[in-house]
Amino acid sequence: MIEPAQETELAEALAEASGPVSVRGGGTRGVVAEGAALHYAGAGITLYEPGALTLVVQAGTPVAEIEAVLAAEGQRLAFEPPDMRGLMGTEGESTIGGVIASNASGPRRVAVGAARDFLLGVRFVDGAGRVVQNGGRVMKNVTGYDLVKLMAGSHGTLGVLTEVSLKVLPKPEVAGVLSIDGLSVGDAVAAMSAALGTPWEVTAACHTDLSANDRPSTQLRIEGMQASVTYRLDRLKAHLAPFGEVETTLSDSHDWPWFRDAERFAGGEEDVWRLHCKPSDAPGLVARLPEGAKVMLDWGGGLIWAAVAPGTDLRNTLGPFDGHATRVRGQGGGIPRFHPERPELVALTAGLRARFDPRGILNRGLMA
Amino acid sequence: MEMPEPDPQILARKARIVSRLREVLPGGVIDADAEVRAYECDALTAYKCPPLAVVLPSSTEEVAAALKVCHEEGVPVVPRGAGTSLAGGALPTADCVILGVARMAEVLESNYPDRYVHVQTGRTNLSVTGAVEADGFFYAPDPSSQLACAIAGNIAMNSGGAHCLKYGVTTNNLLGVTMVLADGTVTRIGGPYMDAGGLDLLGLICGSEGQLGVVTEAWLRILPKPEGARPVLIGFDSSEVAGQCVTNIIKAGVLPVAIEFMDRPCIRATEAFAGAGYPDCEALLIVEVEGSEAEIDAQLALISGIAQELNPVELRQSGSAEESARIWLGRKSAFGAMGQINDYMCLDGTIPVSELPRVLRRIGELSGEYGLEVANVFHAGDGNMHPLILFNANEPGQLALCEQLGAEILKLCVEVGGCLTGEHGVGIEKRDLMEVQYRPADLAAQMDVKDVFDPGWILNPAKVFPLSVSAGRRRAPDRAA
Repeated sequence: MIEPAQETELAEALAEASGPVSVRGGGTRGVVAEGAALHYAGAGITLYEPGALTLVVQAGTPVAEIEAVLAAEGQRLAFEPPDMRGLMGTEGESTIGGVIASNASGPRRVAVGAARDFLLGVRFVDGAGRVVQNGGRVMKNVTGYDLVKLMAGSHGTLGVLTEVSLKVLPKPEVAGVLSIDGLSVGDAVAAMSAALGTPWEVTAACHTDLSANDRPSTQLRIEGMQASVTYRLDRLKAHLAPFGEVETTLSDSHDWPWFRDAERFAGGEEDVWRLHCKPSDAPGLVARLPEGAKVMLDWGGGLIWAAVAPGTDLRNTLGPFDGHATRVRGQGGGIPRFHPERPELVALTAGLRARFDPRGILNRGLMA
Repeated sequence: MEMPEPDPQILARKARIVSRLREVLPGGVIDADAEVRAYECDALTAYKCPPLAVVLPSSTEEVAAALKVCHEEGVPVVPRGAGTSLAGGALPTADCVILGVARMAEVLESNYPDRYVHVQTGRTNLSVTGAVEADGFFYAPDPSSQLACAIAGNIAMNSGGAHCLKYGVTTNNLLGVTMVLADGTVTRIGGPYMDAGGLDLLGLICGSEGQLGVVTEAWLRILPKPEGARPVLIGFDSSEVAGQCVTNIIKAGVLPVAIEFMDRPCIRATEAFAGAGYPDCEALLIVEVEGSEAEIDAQLALISGIAQELNPVELRQSGSAEESARIWLGRKSAFGAMGQINDYMCLDGTIPVSELPRVLRRIGELSGEYGLEVANVFHAGDGNMHPLILFNANEPGQLALCEQLGAEILKLCVEVGGCLTGEHGVGIEKRDLMEVQYRPADLAAQMDVKDVFDPGWILNPAKVFPLSVSAGRRRAPDRAA
């Protein structure tokens, strides 16, 4: 494993690399590419200004460490980065660089945006060893092209992140949960859309076809000051009454690991896929999943988690739909992990890769 | 402002180029000298240049056809939304074709269960909200030009607004686009779902100032309207204390939808103009929160409590729609008030909120050194400053002096950890300051993207990158046979 702890060392290592490198953060997401493993070990918080809601941090910093520092000031990473260790059967510590490189966002994404929406600036080293900085540490910045977004979700294929600047948000006082048991996928999506279409600021809307009590469960989360959460729980409960009996609870915990980390699929042998779609298309897509598929919905139905038999070509099974499918677990037997690109965009992305990784050494073939 | 020499061969071929454009866009081409003059500038009126011709397509297919002709003829193309750029983002060159999307203003679909609206990009920002508000929804980014500015320009510049602290800017509310590439190829990135998939080209397009493609349609995220919103007005006798108040509010865990700041010169000018009843003080904050009546009361009480500890000279909590309108009146007429008393240049740098007192102090010193008055009005929650430099355009040399002072202020923003432009864009206005913020490798990485999307560098020429820095990449346009 190549583990530079300084940006200059990393730049040298990449400039001199004689073959492909497998870029990884904490190794918790199970992404392994051809070549020598490379992990940027630079860690630590460079700057944290709670009053400005900004955090600048070295890419190798463990997410858990960041969350602890933020919690001490009553703040958090609002996009709710998932912990994939259970699902993927991996060990180690998730790093912020890995979270950003995979644009990993949890249930709150439906309300506040994805990891990339909280990324204010980056420093990275590209495949030729060039050190690049883009964006900054302020919330509004349109100075030049936005390479910040391009780096988020590029899975280490355009460059290795060394430092990221993030917008953080206050952690609300309490969370409230509404749950409805026994809904079909169609009714669950309708209920979640009805809730997300109200002004009562739902910060998570999830559904599982099998919960702890052996029945489907649809759950909504509200966050804020206690009086406000109580008020909104009441309003939503009345609003959702046509869908069935609504239970409400108040809690100090804002975390939803069951949905966020897809805990239900932990330890299984199935291939696990994520489908991004229009929420109203979700029931139709779920109906087209192979017999025996296990299903969870997040983002009000805009994200479908599906566990299917190993080797299933889910894109082929589903046929064309408005959105995209990514396999997050399983080898797939030649079925690409990422959704194929539109033909008109292939030359553009190949062109970008040729500029940022001219020798094609960074996580070779991972996104192709 | 240095602009490239117009290509004499393109000028000489005007008749042929116009005729080819007419073939594909009958009724959508303007080439008479008197008529193209209407497109000679945008809202940065200090710079003007009539274009070679103007095309006004009515569909994505027509945009593609026009771009194909321009690509084949090697003619530069300046995409134009509503022409409200304050940065010269739509400034023509004499040898360019202006491609305006104003005729493409339809709402193609409003989808409330999935919370998006699909529009043609010539539609104005405010009329996007207009199309969905009767059903209880709105489109969040709200640049102050929202009555006039088009979604096309909003996407090109990644426009912001007063409510970004809570709702983000354009890029955070954009789900997908239909875009025509420089050679006329039509493509789509993302769509009516969350996360566009693959490399984040959508994020790259947003804010690329019309240099990577022409966006003709967009899927925009819409949100349910809050139950209500009300502001509190807080006056302080020092801007340091006002800055401290902003920090304390944010640290307390309250997330207002807007925190606006005005300094004394700005307060005085707007009072004379609008008579909103603002206190004559050093710094004034308007903090707005949203929710139900009870939620608003609770949040305003918390904010007022924080402000009280800092001994404000005035604290006025709105209890009704009329009181809210009165509190916002002065802020909303600030730019108009400035225009009444003087010519002004509006800057757009962003700074870390913690640097506010130091930056305001230094701007005051610079203002004295240059002998030009500066009034400050800005979005304090996100650090996006709008210093207004007052000058007299009729007095020779004043514009140049004003630009020099503007450059000094923007350099100061970068020096304290901020940036040159928070929401207006680089355009031509900040183009030559880009090297203040970025090292050569940083600019090279951005220009690499331009090379990939538009190898001939024909889209929106001479913007964003200093001419000296981009010279080696801008090759002479391919000559038509």
